[in-house]
Amino acid sequence: MDAVIATALRFGDNAMVLGQRLGRWVSRSPTIELDVGFANQALDLIGQANLFYELAGRLEGKGRSADDLAFLRGADEYYNVQLVEQPNGDFAQTVMRQVLYAAYADIVFDFMAKGSNDDLAAIAAKGQKEMAYHFRHAGEWVIRLGDGTEESHARSQKALDFLWPWSHELFAYDAVDEKMVRQDVLPDAETIKKQWMESLGEVFERAGLIINEDGWQPGGGREGVHSEHLSYLLTEMQVLPRTYPGTQW
Amino acid sequence: MDSKQLEAFDSHVAGEGKVEPKDWMPDNYRQTLIRQISQHAHSEIIGMQPEGNWISRAPSLRRKMILLAKVQDEAGHGLYLYSAAETLGVSRGEMDQALLSGKAKYSSIFNYPTLTWADAVAIGWLVDGAAITNQIPLCRCSYGPYARAMVRVCKEEAFHQRQGFEGMMALAKGTSEQKAMAQGALDRWWWPSIAMFGPPDDDSPHSAQSMAWKIKRFSNDELRQKFIDMAVIQAQALGLEIPDPDLKLNEETGHWQTGPIDWDEFWAVVKGKGPCNRQRMTHRRKAHDEGAWVREAAMAFANKQQQKSEKAAA
Ligand SMILES: [Fe+2]
Ligand SMILES: [Fe+2]
Repeated sequence: MDAVIATALRFGDNAMVLGQRLGRWVSRSPTIELDVGFANQALDLIGQANLFYELAGRLEGKGRSADDLAFLRGADEYYNVQLVEQPNGDFAQTVMRQVLYAAYADIVFDFMAKGSNDDLAAIAAKGQKEMAYHFRHAGEWVIRLGDGTEESHARSQKALDFLWPWSHELFAYDAVDEKMVRQDVLPDAETIKKQWMESLGEVFERAGLIINEDGWQPGGGREGVHSEHLSYLLTEMQVLPRTYPGTQW
Repeated sequence: MDSKQLEAFDSHVAGEGKVEPKDWMPDNYRQTLIRQISQHAHSEIIGMQPEGNWISRAPSLRRKMILLAKVQDEAGHGLYLYSAAETLGVSRGEMDQALLSGKAKYSSIFNYPTLTWADAVAIGWLVDGAAITNQIPLCRCSYGPYARAMVRVCKEEAFHQRQGFEGMMALAKGTSEQKAMAQGALDRWWWPSIAMFGPPDDDSPHSAQSMAWKIKRFSNDELRQKFIDMAVIQAQALGLEIPDPDLKLNEETGHWQTGPIDWDEFWAVVKGKGPCNRQRMTHRRKAHDEGAWVREAAMAFANKQQQKSEKAAA
């Protein structure tokens, strides 16, 4: 697969899957303000997915629309990192997942927006502003929960311990990524990891949370290898287009 | 109560004067508004559930984005209305408690289920359509904060209604399965939508006083008629059939006349016997209960921050 198409699909899939996850919180959040916030962030992410998919479909030249790419690919053709498909869990787990991904996407999109591929740059420029906001919002919550009550602190540390192993995959570059680095589309893994640790380090310090590294580093999302969760997520999301093929909605 | 104050109030309101939070107002006026505005807010909040039910399964990216934006707006309306009610001296906590305990009501229409995608779309078309019909006159309500809230809310509801109609059109002009889905939704939502305007005028206890206070401008039946006339034309444009064999145009009045509305069903749903009353309340309470530790943490954090800044200032 062409590296630009692959990259567009990977970031489109990250946004799609995470947006689908966040949308689930709407009407179930701890406050109505958070219902608004989750709907808004889900909307940002699905908007990003839509743009990445349109680009991928256009470059691929097989006439696949953004909807075809979203709704008619199975889990083994989805290329998101496994972090974003992990379950919502409690609110602590959802904001922890959000802060881990948003910090990363903020940095990558910031680079991509100034990078050599104009199509990706245009999408990234918009996405960077959104992810910077998601990082701030989720980061504030991680701090609040970490430095709130005993219970909220314990839940946050548990969420970090649970999700941390999947963070490694964000930086597990393959040949496609390396090509994109050489073409000045993606920043190199070492650089983003360093910046990412700096952004998050500050949040975790203020939250009083510690990273417990246990050496487990699951991954493979870039090649379509996923946890059991993704297939359920897609089954629900794709039910109408799969049930009524070729139908316009 | 000072009769001079009351007289002055009545003539101010009769002359289309606005009432603002700090103005003197009769206690009944205040209580009526608190009940109406908080009920309206609760309806926005509970209303997120039947539509939210289809966010994860919306059939295209565009439809998913439209639905998310709409539900986000509804939550925003709820917040905006709670703030308007707070200007009357009721707290957000009291209103939340009233909803959770089942003491406060919300619009009964949300006690019906969204069984297919078309139901979620039909809510935009019919329920938002009915809501606008109700709410446009409320933009001139005598209570300033409510009137101003309604101006903004109505703009967004009108947008939802147009998108709902457009979504229905896509189904009605689509495959035979989609058309059947659209017809099924109209069959399910038609009667609840026209019952949404409340009991008929001769059975509506609060109406006369609300009219005199310029809270209400039109009677339930007048508003219902406006909505029916609009919706019948739109259903025709969609090529869908309204589930009422008695529906006919009254040549003399120019209005569409429906068959009898089943008020027994309406009251049964109001009193908790609709298909989803228990589900909606359980869902709301669960969200509230499961979020308790988050709200506590936010409060504890805010207190710590305040203590820190007080210490720094001392
Ligand atoms: Fe609304
Ligand atoms: Fe609405």
